[in-house]
Amino acid sequence: MKPELFTKDTTAIVYGYHVNAIQRMLDFDYACGRKVPSVAAIVNPGSEGYHKVFFGKGEVLLPMYGDFATAAAKHPKADVVVNFASFRSAFDSSMEALNHPNIRTVAVIAEGVPERRARQLAATARKLDKMVIGPATVGGIKAGCFKIANTAGTYDNIVESKLHRPGSVGFVSKSGGLSNECYNIIARNTDGLYEGIAIGGDAYPGSTLLDHILRYEAIPAVKMIVALGEIGGTEELRIVEALKAGKITKPLVIWVTGTCSTMFPAGVQFGHAGAKAGSALETAQAKNQALKEAGALVPDSFNDYGVLVNETYNKLVKKGVIKPAAEVEAPALPMDFAQALKEGKIRKATTFINTISNEKKEELEYLNIPISKVLSSNMGIGGVIGLLWFKRELPEYGRKFLETALMLTADHGPAVSGAHNAIVTARAGKDIISSLVSGLLTIGPRFGGAIDGAAQEFKRAYDAGLTPEQFIKDMKKKGIPVPGIGHRVKSVTNPDMRVTQLKGFCRKNFKKTTLLDYALEVEKLTTAKKGNLILNVDGCIGISFVDMLSSTGSFTAQEIDDIVKMGCLNALFVVGRSIGLFGHIFDQKRLKQPMYRTPYDEIAYMTDL
Amino acid sequence: MAQKGIREYEGKKILFDGLARSLPSFRGRAAKLALVRRDTDPKKLVKDHPWLLKEKLVAKPDQLFGKRGKHGLLSLNKDWQDTWKWISERMGKTVTVGKTAGELHTFLIEPFTPHSEDAEECYVAIKAFRDFDTIYLSGKGGIHVEENWDKVKETNVPILASIDEVELNLPDFGKRKAQIEEFVRALYKVYAEGHFTYLEINPFTFNGDDIVPLDLVARVDDTAAFECTKVWGDLEFPSSFGQKHTKEEMFIRSIDEKTGASLKLTILNPEGRVWNMVAGGGASVIYADTVCDLGFSRELANYGEYSGDPSEEDTYQYAKTVLDLMTRKKDARGKVLIIGGGIANFTDVAKTFKGIIKALTEYKKQLVDNKVKIYVRRGGPNYKEGLSNMRRLGETLGVPIEVYGPETHMTAVVSMALKPAPAKKQPAKAGGRK
Repeated sequence: MKPELFTKDTTAIVYGYHVNAIQRMLDFDYACGRKVPSVAAIVNPGSEGYHKVFFGKGEVLLPMYGDFATAAAKHPKADVVVNFASFRSAFDSSMEALNHPNIRTVAVIAEGVPERRARQLAATARKLDKMVIGPATVGGIKAGCFKIANTAGTYDNIVESKLHRPGSVGFVSKSGGLSNECYNIIARNTDGLYEGIAIGGDAYPGSTLLDHILRYEAIPAVKMIVALGEIGGTEELRIVEALKAGKITKPLVIWVTGTCSTMFPAGVQFGHAGAKAGSALETAQAKNQALKEAGALVPDSFNDYGVLVNETYNKLVKKGVIKPAAEVEAPALPMDFAQALKEGKIRKATTFINTISNEKKEELEYLNIPISKVLSSNMGIGGVIGLLWFKRELPEYGRKFLETALMLTADHGPAVSGAHNAIVTARAGKDIISSLVSGLLTIGPRFGGAIDGAAQEFKRAYDAGLTPEQFIKDMKKKGIPVPGIGHRVKSVTNPDMRVTQLKGFCRKNFKKTTLLDYALEVEKLTTAKKGNLILNVDGCIGISFVDMLSSTGSFTAQEIDDIVKMGCLNALFVVGRSIGLFGHIFDQKRLKQPMYRTPYDEIAYMTDL
Repeated sequence: MAQKGIREYEGKKILFDGLARSLPSFRGRAAKLALVRRDTDPKKLVKDHPWLLKEKLVAKPDQLFGKRGKHGLLSLNKDWQDTWKWISERMGKTVTVGKTAGELHTFLIEPFTPHSEDAEECYVAIKAFRDFDTIYLSGKGGIHVEENWDKVKETNVPILASIDEVELNLPDFGKRKAQIEEFVRALYKVYAEGHFTYLEINPFTFNGDDIVPLDLVARVDDTAAFECTKVWGDLEFPSSFGQKHTKEEMFIRSIDEKTGASLKLTILNPEGRVWNMVAGGGASVIYADTVCDLGFSRELANYGEYSGDPSEEDTYQYAKTVLDLMTRKKDARGKVLIIGGGIANFTDVAKTFKGIIKALTEYKKQLVDNKVKIYVRRGGPNYKEGLSNMRRLGETLGVPIEVYGPETHMTAVVSMALKPAPAKKQPAKAGGRK
């Protein structure tokens, strides 16, 4: 195959939805001044659409396909596959890519690909005259042209190591981590990297150190070759043979790591799968020695690696073989918002304020109380309402009052407008949320609004210092019935037990029942006119609610006023009645009730009216 | 994550089951293998394996070492009573094989096959190479194979080829030729399907018309476990003979197995004064090399590495384990901890350092008591934040921490730590112009 794998126009298909790696590839493109992003498409098995990504200062969309074949067909110019598939699926997906006529190079990132599979990949690539980089690699980079996945890390590092423009050095190593280290060494000691490949630390990489060294030999722009070998395997000995056969004429600086292994007990497995000497020939010492004898430039230790690279480079410059590559300024990459914020370089006004709960803590908190404590304190739903609605820890009678109110308002039969609507909607086949909401939407001045109305009106009258007589007169003048007064059937002689019980509870537990007392004075006057104009349950809840808040002593008059005006009492009714509405909805669904239609005889047709 | 030796017991089981699919004479043979461990109850064993009472038996240690006959560790042609007695006498005993001493704790029992040594012992082995597997065959097996290595015939099976289309290079097996060829082809299929990387049967012999493998050595590629759950069954990977893993090594191995990242730890000398906590499979080797180059190989306490962007918690556990080990026994000369690494591609340096800093803070007192000096060198994503956190830690930790980034040569900290040169204050630069 042609020695050059990548150009400034090379585009890749990335297999696997690895957003960070994709972003880093495009950031590199920006550094190089590429016109077209190096990622043509993403394969995200089972999912398709578009992925939005930064390309320099702006954003671009990268198409995403559910399978490789479609991506390859739609993007015929892409000839590289960066394969992020896991060790389980890396073989099949890499074989599919290799066998596709468009694809020339496949980089396999996964660690833990079975050796037999890796050998099959390598042999297939050779048969098809294609290139496999990996498995178990970070990839590689051609300076100023194309970068595989996460190679060379961050933008700063790319610029620092001068990888955004080509130099004269071809590099290859097994280790991905060390390749980045070596790009740094090369940048500091030469005019920079031309291309660098990490073949991966497995025993049988798809392409070998020698494969890439021979490519560099054939690329005229590469003037010297730097390589890093490793204990284990006989790969470096093939380099020795190639040196002896005169196949490598460019200066080759190489060091084989793992010289310490002879000091170690047998059987120590180093970090890389292939890094284990199977015989004396495979030790680092033997390989370094053989390479040196064959004419490679071998330092005495890794400490001197950079020095030898530098000496070799300087000689080539002196000889005129290398004309040092010009320095090119890389464009500044706009800092990511998150990064800038983290470093304290920017600040941002928020759009929301929240003062009641926090899910960002170690544990969810309601008003600074961890949820576990909320549960263990047995504060009940009344206590939770206290925390989240009123931002107070209510006393027990307050919590009990709220829970009583919820129980009392939970349902009032199917005939009331809320339940009726919920039933009709449920029977129309709508979901539970729609059914619930259609019921809730009827709550207002005429239905369920009496609680809120009673609290508002009685409080207003009391605060204004109106006598009960003045209050009734005032309401009459306005032409509205006093909210919270009156019942369909109950009367003075046939009292509503719910009201009796609630009154008893308030008298017994509250420190004061000022507004309730006032309301009962009003009731005395109204019932004198008509027996059923009693303080009803809605009125009693609304009015005692105000007394409950005052009794706790932890709210100012202004705060109580705000709470009532905000409509908290309507909210209490909505929460309570939702329980009943759901009951009716489930009841209809359980009974598989059909669509409801109002019978004709329920409607007076008077169209000519 | 590499080639691993397996017990003869399990190797034969996989082999016999696989061969039985094409060679009827192997059917049922996998059942006639019994493994004896320290806690094996003989009554239960006999109940599970009634054939033990009916046949003459072979017994031998099954702990990944060979030449058992030569070391007198082979019991042949005994009945159950004598076989059990033979095993009991050796169980738990320490023996020396070659240069390695180790305890005997696992034995294999199988039926004894009578055969004459001179006539019918053959040799077969299959070994993986990059482009092909090589099949080695010889009519002179057993202890004679090495002296007769020139009689061994080799066949290379290309990795993309099917064994059925490859012509075998066979030694003169006489009338057994067709039978052995069929056996070898079936054997190769089991080898390939079971992701073996090495398989040696030396010798195999004959019982009437049946082929009987006697001694087996096998290695498999453990990364293929996900493909081989059926073929392998519940396969164990024992440590090599005489090798013992410490509790801490096992602990790190257990974390390593649970994460996509890589965490490795080998204790070389628990009383060593030089401890490495290095990021990167490649860089960690170079740090160890450099310690040895500087003449401190005897002081090097551990080999290890963390890489592949491990979580803060995993890094913390790793660091804690190393710190705990290194502060157990004081040394008047003090100790050195090298927190090294190259320039990471994608491992978040600030994040992994957070885990290390947490562990260092927890071991503050022990570090001071043990007179530990810490040297840090690292680069990569968020390295500036990571390094400055380390420097800040140095102000309160009570032991000296020297911190360097990519501007300093990767292994320069090793020389600084081991060969402090007071005259030269500036560390070696990464070199060259910038």
